[in-house]
Amino acid sequence: MKQLLTFVKKEFYHVFRDRRTLLIMFGLPLVQILLFGYALTTEVRNITIVISDNAKDINSQQLTNKIKSSAYFNVREAVTGSKDIEKILKKGEVKAVVIFPSQFGSDLQHSGKARVQVITDGSDPNTAKTIVNYLTAIIAGYQQQIAPASPLPYTIVPEIRMLYNEEGNGSLNFIPGVMALILMLVCTALTSVSVVKEKELGTMEVLLVSPFKPVMVLISKAVPYLVLSMVNFILIVLLAVFVLHVEVKGSLLLLFMESTLFIITCLSFGLMISNVTSSQQTALLLSMMGMMIPTIVFTGFLFPLENMPYIFQLISNIIPSRWYFLIIKAVMLKGLGFAYIWKETLILIVMTLALLGIALKNFKIRLA
Amino acid sequence: MIQSLSIINRQLSIKCENITKTYNKGELLAVDDVSFAVEKGELFGLIGPDGAGKTSIFRILTTVLLADKGTATVAGFDVVDDYRAIRNRVGYMPGKFSLYQDLTIKENLEFFATVFGTTIEENYELIKDIYDQIKPFNNRRAGKLSGGMKQKLALCCALIHKPEVLLLDEPTTGVDVVSRKEFWDMLKKLKQQGITILVSTPYMDEANLCERIALIQNGKILSVDTPQNIIKAFPVSLYAAKADNIYKLLTDFRKSDFVASAYASGEYMHLTLKEDKPDSIRMLTQYAAQHGHSDAEIKKITPGIEDSFIRLMQQPN
Repeated sequence: MKQLLTFVKKEFYHVFRDRRTLLIMFGLPLVQILLFGYALTTEVRNITIVISDNAKDINSQQLTNKIKSSAYFNVREAVTGSKDIEKILKKGEVKAVVIFPSQFGSDLQHSGKARVQVITDGSDPNTAKTIVNYLTAIIAGYQQQIAPASPLPYTIVPEIRMLYNEEGNGSLNFIPGVMALILMLVCTALTSVSVVKEKELGTMEVLLVSPFKPVMVLISKAVPYLVLSMVNFILIVLLAVFVLHVEVKGSLLLLFMESTLFIITCLSFGLMISNVTSSQQTALLLSMMGMMIPTIVFTGFLFPLENMPYIFQLISNIIPSRWYFLIIKAVMLKGLGFAYIWKETLILIVMTLALLGIALKNFKIRLA
Repeated sequence: MIQSLSIINRQLSIKCENITKTYNKGELLAVDDVSFAVEKGELFGLIGPDGAGKTSIFRILTTVLLADKGTATVAGFDVVDDYRAIRNRVGYMPGKFSLYQDLTIKENLEFFATVFGTTIEENYELIKDIYDQIKPFNNRRAGKLSGGMKQKLALCCALIHKPEVLLLDEPTTGVDVVSRKEFWDMLKKLKQQGITILVSTPYMDEANLCERIALIQNGKILSVDTPQNIIKAFPVSLYAAKADNIYKLLTDFRKSDFVASAYASGEYMHLTLKEDKPDSIRMLTQYAAQHGHSDAEIKKITPGIEDSFIRLMQQPN
């Protein structure tokens, strides 16, 4: 027991005396959370559009004001010909142009039918579609306003609710995803170099010629990172709650326990890499580069797994972060209890034991 | 054969029998059928140049490497079957500095003491002489120590659990002359405590400080004996020569038909003759003068370990 404590103490010295490790440990999550929270958002907001009003009558002015008052658009007004419109779109700052024909108001009042042209920049189809939807809704609203009394024989009104995320806060989906990603990358990368580092520096040679037990080395390598990762996790949750306004619906304790389990899974994975590789460089490449893409792709927070070909869905099953993502979404966003996530928890436990077993089995009691 | 029989009767600390080790799937032969034995309490030197196979032998004896062929025991335990017992009982100092560079002197020492289930205080007497020299730098990190201090710390860490056998792989390589001398003094003191010491070195001058030595070259042991006996066994007379143009003198002697071997050694060159005569010095001086070395100084000397080593190396097997 005293030996284990000494080993753990030694590992803590290593971690705290290496500023780069600490920077990766705490800098990476901070940057990623803030990046995903503010920069990498898929929401459409503050889009610059140009309105070319050739009518300048009451109706066109009213509709223009309605568009202006919406939070989605920054409106620039311009009277321009069709050639200029293309020039504006090509520059890329303006994502859409709305054109009122010169007879807009009188057409509307006399024939009861008027046209308004919407041209969008289709090179970014998602944004273009969203803009078209927003504009269509605004125009339909205006139409309702000027002609309220047009009862249709049958009306179906869809009552829409976005359950678990009423405001459509984009942070809600990516926070669990980013948490899974960060813990996976940081824990795996840092532990993946821990054992191989001793091999490379030669300290393993001295350590081997001593009565230590391999399992003791593995445990002591994991403990400091486990503690730091738990601190890290708390940091991420605090950031999510207070900076990105994500509400934790379920039990905090359950969230913490499940995250601890996931951290241990990742640490085991790192230890396994560390025991099968022979240089720090290979270990880092394997854990950082090798794990980054599968984790991003197969966790399911950027690309829905259901849309993937069957073979990729199968592959996603062996990615631990995929299961953690499900757990954390259930607990954090839906407020579900353990009864709903025991299966995912069990999968993570089995994965952890398997990884630890492989790590221990591959621990070399001799030099190459 | 007589020699090996007499050894069996004494207590052996280390025994190597027909050890062979190859690397790269047999392509590189590092240790070639090596056998030797170290008695209990002996200071035994493994002397040979870089790449002779010394480190491989150390790694096999410390159980961190498996030999291809042959058996070996350390402190009475087999290096393969009882590797755990050996790891508990030996102190090992690898050729490359292998302590934690980001830990201080004290932290390193405490760590290794605890790993071996002991404390610094328990065996303080053993390391006191060495530890006192580095103690003023207790809180300095090992990576920031000088070469000599690193060696002292490594020796302290290897000794902290009072090992029965001490295995030191090139402990004086890269260390200044004064520290080297101190280091050997320390080894002599440790020997007096009854610890068996196997030490390797590429420096021939350190061979005389060992009780017995094994000369090793290209993975083969050339000779095992006391340094005195190895020197005594030098079969012919050895001459030293010096001139202003020593390089030309060396090539001139090599061209002659009566010189068996000639090689540089410090400021002199050493040579042996195919046929030794009482007036050899006169003959050599004459030969030198004929080749323009009027200032040549030639004398008969007693051979050193290095001369024995070179002679053994040049002998066909």
